[in-house]
Amino acid sequence: MFYREAGQYKTNYKDDLATFPILQDRIAIGIYLVIAFVAIPIFGNDFFINSMMIPFLIFTLAAIGLNILTGYTGQLSLGTGAFMGVGAYACYKMTTIFPDINIIILVVLSGVFSAGIGAIFGLPSLRIKGFYLVVTTLAAQFFLEWCFIRIPWLYNYNISGAIEVPQREIMGVIITGASASPTARYLVVLSVVVVMTWIASNIIQGRIGRSWMMIRDMDIAAELMGVRPLQAKLSAFAVSSFYCGVAGAMMVFFWLGAAEVESFDVNQSFRILFMVVLGGLGSLVGCYMGAAFIWMLPIMITIAPSIFGLDINAATVEHINFMMIGGLIIFFLIMEPHGLARLWSLAKQKLRVWPFPY
Amino acid sequence: MFKKLILGAAAIVAAGSMQVTTASAEDSLYIPSLTYRTGPYAGNGTPFANGYADYFNMLNARDGGIGGVKIVVEECETGYNSQKGVECYESTKGKGPLAYSPLSTGITLQLIPKAAVDKIPVFSMGYGLSAAAVGESFPWIFNYPTTYWSQLSAILKYIDSKEGIKGKKIGFIYLDAGYGKEPIPLLDKLSESMGFTVAKFPVAGKEMQNQASHWLNVRKERPDWMIMWGWGAMNSTAIKEAVKIRFPLDHFIGNWWSGGDADLGPVGKAGKGYLAANFSGLGTDFPAVQDIIKHVVDAGNSLVKDKSEVGHVLYNRGMFNAVVLAEAIAAAQKATGKKVITGEDMRVGLESFDLSEARLKELGLEGFTAPIKASCKDHEGGGSIFIQQWNGSAWEKVTDSITPMTDVVRPLLEEAAKNYVADKPEWKTQTCS
Repeated sequence: MFYREAGQYKTNYKDDLATFPILQDRIAIGIYLVIAFVAIPIFGNDFFINSMMIPFLIFTLAAIGLNILTGYTGQLSLGTGAFMGVGAYACYKMTTIFPDINIIILVVLSGVFSAGIGAIFGLPSLRIKGFYLVVTTLAAQFFLEWCFIRIPWLYNYNISGAIEVPQREIMGVIITGASASPTARYLVVLSVVVVMTWIASNIIQGRIGRSWMMIRDMDIAAELMGVRPLQAKLSAFAVSSFYCGVAGAMMVFFWLGAAEVESFDVNQSFRILFMVVLGGLGSLVGCYMGAAFIWMLPIMITIAPSIFGLDINAATVEHINFMMIGGLIIFFLIMEPHGLARLWSLAKQKLRVWPFPY
Repeated sequence: MFKKLILGAAAIVAAGSMQVTTASAEDSLYIPSLTYRTGPYAGNGTPFANGYADYFNMLNARDGGIGGVKIVVEECETGYNSQKGVECYESTKGKGPLAYSPLSTGITLQLIPKAAVDKIPVFSMGYGLSAAAVGESFPWIFNYPTTYWSQLSAILKYIDSKEGIKGKKIGFIYLDAGYGKEPIPLLDKLSESMGFTVAKFPVAGKEMQNQASHWLNVRKERPDWMIMWGWGAMNSTAIKEAVKIRFPLDHFIGNWWSGGDADLGPVGKAGKGYLAANFSGLGTDFPAVQDIIKHVVDAGNSLVKDKSEVGHVLYNRGMFNAVVLAEAIAAAQKATGKKVITGEDMRVGLESFDLSEARLKELGLEGFTAPIKASCKDHEGGGSIFIQQWNGSAWEKVTDSITPMTDVVRPLLEEAAKNYVADKPEWKTQTCS
C-alpha cells in the first residue's frame, strides 16, 4: 500500500537501472536529507549532534570503506583502524605544514595517503585469501600502530604523543578545534559523507564495482571473463582505504579534537567490522544501520534511565548496556544473518503487498 | 508504517536527549564525576570514584553541602576510554558543571582545548599535561599538588639522598601511552645535570600483563634503581616480574599511580619493600575520614563493598580530589559573594586556592598532605610528595615531605607551555600581574 508502484512505468533502461526505481523511495531519501541538513542542525542540541550524529556519520563512512573491501570484494580485513589512523596522521601533518590550505581539501587528500598504504598492504591478497588475509591485515594494523607511536615526526614530537587539532576556518566559519560549533562541524561531516556515499554507490554500480563483485563471487570465473585480479583487488583496497582514511581524518578533526594511538587500535577495526557485519555485507544502507546500531544504541541505553527519572548507578548502566548490546547483536544475527539491511528490504517487500499479501 | 515507526522513535530519542540537558538543578552545586568502574583499569578507578563521591556526600550529610548549598555528584562511566570520556563531557556540560576531574591523561588532553571555550575548569590532580602548571598559558587547567615532572624530580632527589645518584643507572619502565611518556623529557634533561644514565623500558598497553621480555631486558641492563610509571594491571605484573628476577624491591619506586592497595594486594608478601610516591595520607586516622565512615559508609550511602576499603591509597586520593574541589567552591563563594556558582567562578576559586596547615587541621586532615598554595602564575600549587613502602600487607609512610626541584622543573614547564601554545594562534592565555 505504501509502496504501490502502480502507474510508475519505466520506459527506458536508465529508469529501470536507477538506484531508487520507486518514487516513494526517492521521496523518502529527500525527506531524510531535509531532516539531516535542516531539521537536525535547527532542533538538535549539542550533545545529540556532537556525541551521536557526528560519530555516527564518521563511522558510517568507515563502514562503507570496509564494506567495499569485505562486502563487495570479499577480502576480509582487520586493518580498518590503522587505515583510519593513516588518514588522521596524514591530515595532521599536512595541515601543520601547510596551514593555509582549506582543511576539507586536506581531509580528502589524506585519503590518498591512506589509499596508497592500503594498496601496499593489499598486495598479499593476490596470493592468499580468507583467514590468511585477515592475518596479514592484522599485521598491517600492528605495524601502523607501532609507527604512530615510534615515529615522533608523525605527531610533531608532541611530548604526550597525541595529535592536537589546530583551529581552521572556512569562509570565516571556524570548523575545527575546540571553538568550532557542533553544527558547523556536523554540516561539514554530513556533506562529505553524503557526497562520498553517492560516489561509492556509483562506483559500485559501475564497471569497477561489478568487477569487484565478480572477484568476490568467484575469482577464477571472473579472471576467465577478463577481470584482472591485480587491478580489481588492489583498486578495492585503495578505494576502501581511501574511505577509511577520510573517516579517520574527520574523526580526529571534526569529532575528537585530539587523538592518541589508542583511537586507532584493533578494537576500532573490530568495531567497524561489527558495523559492517550487523548492517549487512554488500549494502550501503546497511552501513548506516550498522553504525547507528553499534554507536547510537549504547548511548541511548545509557541516557535512558535519566530520561525516565530512574536513579541507577552509572557503572550498572554500563554493565546492562554491554549485556543488552551483546544480546541484541546475537538476536539480530540469528533473526537475519544477512544483517539489518536485509531485514529492511524484507520489510519493504512486505509493505509493497500489504495489506493483501499473496 | 515501518518508516514512520523509526522516525517516531528517532523523534522521541531526540526530544529525550534535549530534555536531559535542560533538567539541571538550579540551586545546587553540580559536580560531574567521570569514573571507570568497568574495564581494564577498574581496579584503580573504583576506589578513587568511591572516595570522591563519599566526601561530597559526607559534606551534604554533615554540613548540608558547601555554604548551605547541596552538592550533586553525577557519575558518568568512561571505562578509561578517551572517546567515552568526551561523550560524558558533552552529555554533562550543559548542566552547569563546576569542574572536571577525569582521572585519565588521555581524557584530560581532550578536554584541555575545550575548557577555555566552555568556561569549565579542568582539575587534573597530579596527572594530565605537566605544562598546565603554567597558569599564564593554561588559565583553565589546574594540576595540584604537583606535576609528573615535579614528582619525578622529587623521586630522583630521594634516590640521591639514599645513596647518591651520580654515576648510577636508572631504569624507567612506563606505560607506552601519553601518560607514561609525559616525564621522559625531564628524565633525559636531569640525567645530564645529575650525572646518571637512563635505560627505558616501554610497556605497550596490550602487553601490560605480559612483561617477561621487558624484565629480561632489565636483567641485562642491570640498573641500580627502577622507576615505574604504570597504571592498572601493569603495576602488579611489574612487581611480580621484579620479584622473579630478584630485583631488590627497595630500589624499585613507583609513581603515585603505581602504589595503590589494588596494585600490591595481589603481590602480597612477595612485594615487601617496594616503594612508591604518594601525596595523600594513608589510613583512616583523620577526623574527616572518620566523618565519612560515620555519615556515609555506616549510613549505607557509599558504594564501597567493604568498610576496610576506606583509607586505601586511591580511596584517600579520590577523597582528596573532592577536598580540593570543595575548598575551591568555598573560596569561589567567598570571592564572588554568590552561593550558587558557575564554572567561571570556580576558576577564580581554584586560582586563589590556599590549603594551609591550619586549614588542613580545620578540615580534619592534619598531616594528610603538604600545604598547597596556588596563584595566577602557578597552577601546580607547590605541593610535595612523600615515599611509602609496602610492608607485605599495607603501606607505610617512610619519609617526610620531599619538595620537588622547582628551580629545575619550572623553566622546563614554562618552555613546554610555550611550545604548546606556539602553534595555536587562537589559544587564550592570561597575563598575571
